Amino acid sequence: MKSHWMCSNLVRCLGDGNTSLQKLATSIVFFFCLSDVSCNSVEQKIYVELNNTVPCVRLLNATHQIGCQSSISGDTGVIHVLESEADLEWPLSKGPNPPYMVLLESSLFTRSIMMKMKNESNRVAGVAVVVPNTSPPEFSPHTTCPNENTGVYSDNYGPNLAHCNTTVWNPRGNGLSYEEFDFPVFSLKEDNETEFIKQCYLDHNRAVNGSAPQYPLCAMQLFSHMHAVTNTPTCMRRNDINFSINPEMVCDPLGDYNVWGSIRPYNDTVFGHKENESVVIAAARLDSRAFFWEVSTGAEGSVSGFVTLLAAAQALREVTHAAPPTRNILFAFFQGETFDYIGSSRMVYDMENGKFVIDLDNIHSVLEIGQVAVHSGTNLFLHSDPVSRRNNTVNDENLVNNLQSSTAGLGFLLVEPNVSQPLPPSSLQRFLRAQPIPGIVLADHESAFNNRYYESFYDNAANLNLTYPSDLSPEEQLEFVTDTAKSLTDVATVVARALYKQAGGDESLVNTIKADPKIVTQMLYGFLVSSNNSWFQAVMAPELKNILKPSPPEYYVGVAMSSTPTRLVQYLLANLTGAATNLTQSQCMYSYLWVQGIVPPNSTERDSFCVRASVRLTKAVSPAFELGEYASKDYSTWTESRWKFIKARIFLVASRDLEMLTLGVGVAVLFTSLLVTYFISTKADVLFSSTREPASAAY
Amino acid sequence: MTAAVFFGCAFIAFGPAFSLFIFTIAKDPLRVIILIAGAFFWLVSLLLSSLVWFIATKATNAQDLTLQKNLLIFGSIFSVILQEVFRFAYYRLLRKANEGLAAISEEDGPPLSVREMAYVAGLGFGIMSGAFSMINTLSDSLGPGTVGMFGDSQYYFITSALMTLALTMLHTFWGVVFFEGCERKRWWVIAVVLCVHLMVFSLSLLNPFYVASILPVYAIMLLMAVWAFFSSGGSLHNITLLWTCKTRLKPI
Repeated sequence: MKSHWMCSNLVRCLGDGNTSLQKLATSIVFFFCLSDVSCNSVEQKIYVELNNTVPCVRLLNATHQIGCQSSISGDTGVIHVLESEADLEWPLSKGPNPPYMVLLESSLFTRSIMMKMKNESNRVAGVAVVVPNTSPPEFSPHTTCPNENTGVYSDNYGPNLAHCNTTVWNPRGNGLSYEEFDFPVFSLKEDNETEFIKQCYLDHNRAVNGSAPQYPLCAMQLFSHMHAVTNTPTCMRRNDINFSINPEMVCDPLGDYNVWGSIRPYNDTVFGHKENESVVIAAARLDSRAFFWEVSTGAEGSVSGFVTLLAAAQALREVTHAAPPTRNILFAFFQGETFDYIGSSRMVYDMENGKFVIDLDNIHSVLEIGQVAVHSGTNLFLHSDPVSRRNNTVNDENLVNNLQSSTAGLGFLLVEPNVSQPLPPSSLQRFLRAQPIPGIVLADHESAFNNRYYESFYDNAANLNLTYPSDLSPEEQLEFVTDTAKSLTDVATVVARALYKQAGGDESLVNTIKADPKIVTQMLYGFLVSSNNSWFQAVMAPELKNILKPSPPEYYVGVAMSSTPTRLVQYLLANLTGAATNLTQSQCMYSYLWVQGIVPPNSTERDSFCVRASVRLTKAVSPAFELGEYASKDYSTWTESRWKFIKARIFLVASRDLEMLTLGVGVAVLFTSLLVTYFISTKADVLFSSTREPASAAY
Repeated sequence: MTAAVFFGCAFIAFGPAFSLFIFTIAKDPLRVIILIAGAFFWLVSLLLSSLVWFIATKATNAQDLTLQKNLLIFGSIFSVILQEVFRFAYYRLLRKANEGLAAISEEDGPPLSVREMAYVAGLGFGIMSGAFSMINTLSDSLGPGTVGMFGDSQYYFITSALMTLALTMLHTFWGVVFFEGCERKRWWVIAVVLCVHLMVFSLSLLNPFYVASILPVYAIMLLMAVWAFFSSGGSLHNITLLWTCKTRLKPI
């Protein structure tokens, strides 16, 4: 760092001379570059690298590609800071120096502006969006009807309910995440780098009194070239081309692992239908997405749901050991639900093909926790599928009654919505697609989502009103029980009681089931504020402790099969439902996880121990990739493109005239010197003959 | 700044040196060898002087900017002096080599006159000096950006190329004049060449006031060109001979 500073300052104090000084300096700089630092003095005078940027990447499915693409050597454009929608005229038609790189404040990041720029994309080199720390009133880049083609409603099943004909679930959605842009779109934070960019724009690019701004102009170059094109079948076919020893992969399927655990363990090697086995499934989803790659927080969209389910699982631990219910309860956390139900479709596929420990016929009922961000006193809603209820093929009444009777004394009610409306987008839809099963989805919205930031980067802790008093240290914040945690604890209590009753447990013990608000608030802190806290550290395995960071984890499902939330939920479920053992390994119907443990007060070594729990991971990659049906209409076919590098930088550009002038002068100098030299060299004997020659000289 | 600027600056900086090489040096292998050896001598002089500077900076406080700038100026002056010393050393080497070449040559007498060796040696120094100055800057001129974000002038690349051109030609002329002075035992010539070299270096410190640095350097280059022309056997009479030769050939 010091050498780097010295390099740049040396260069500045050199002036930009170009004789012995510069040569000396060049050789010195070369010495420095040999040692430990990569510095190139002229390059530092020209380019400023932008480090805190997030790109938008390309995703493909069976028929389309979405997202953004840049050219392979980056897209360069003159920076223009957009002031209003009317100001779009400048980059799109009036501006004299196309192409432009448009810098947007988040309030201007709307569908109409982006579509106008998409239509005039030969004058727009790219877009940079400045993401502020405070959220706008509402913003959802997702579609209005999430997962409309892979749910249960289609032309054969409830056709009037399909494609959001009755209820539009996400009315605020502008669909930007599912549009295709052929220029790069990057996001910038509101920090010093962005201030520098805006200052560069104000210094060089402003038009004075309507006349064109003078060169040199401030420009930005964005690199985010994506290798995959067209759609998933094309890119999967190109993955298989075997031209060389190292084949170039161009895309990867989205997917990760589902986490599941049960009260009574199953032998993980015996698959298929189990006789006389009746299971109640409690499900929640783990992932979410945003417009830009990987920055997704999903507080209301997914975290509220799975934290509630984890708390319910913990609440059920004691009573199910003391008085086990008749039926088993299986807790399932699905990954990849945002992208056409990757996780749940895979689990249903495994159940249908005898690759899972139970079978669809073993399922008694399903209770799914959807978006449950509640404020105290508001009611929650029980969504069910009207088609199967109308046909009397399923009987949801028991489940509904069990749920409604579990709210006694908790201050809110569970209400069934009035209108005959379809199920909201939920994993239950994939189960119903295979077989009619009684099921309820618990949510905080009666019809359209209450979530104003569904699947966007603003769905964060602030959206759940998760606030801590300002004078607390991080460890104190971890322990502080917020109001949000109290509300979610009540919901978890209801869910736990209902599951116990549904599984045929002892009625007299139901009122002893209570979720623990301390655990809920610790989970909310870890999943929404900072994952590197003492509780998560104690619960995780030693080899995984590096995935814990001082910021919240990312909920994008990704392609690397190593998503942080999956691991966290796996170990948390093990901790909350399993038991610590003394390390003897016998019959392996449980999974054994070695976790770090806490640091006792008077020592620095952690008290690691072995947890025995019936928590397993199953692969959550879409069955379309197992079957090789890349154009499938039944299963999710989402893939993510690969890329070489992604970076951004700003610099000044000179006018074309100056460049051509330089080239012209150079060519003129070259030709003149060739002519003159030829002329002189042919006449050299005439020109250089001397009358007085010293004796030692030769001719 | 893109390929146009890259090629323009490359042609400006290396065009004359390239044409001199093609028309006067390339066809004679002995001249090529002397050229390359001259370039090598210049490189060694730069290496030694930069070693001295490097040790000086490592031994002092790196945070003190004025001290570092003064050290750089001191180092550059030392480098100028060392370059002239190595030019003298190269002269001595070539004289000794010339006697040996004369002994084994098929023709009567040495194959290259001292004047020719002076010119080739000077050009070798000039080409290497120009390459070292310009290649780094040229490679950065290929990208889309230009200098100026932090207040530097946007004519950086062109002026660098022009300075490099001047310096290459200056080294050539200094070589001619220097060797001729050594040959005639006129030691004041060496002192004058050293002083002019130092003057050019100090003019380059005036950058980015390009008017104050480039124009005087080009004026000095023209003066040196005239001096080198006269000291290598040219005269006004020869120039008029050139024109009359041409006019004599015309009416036929």
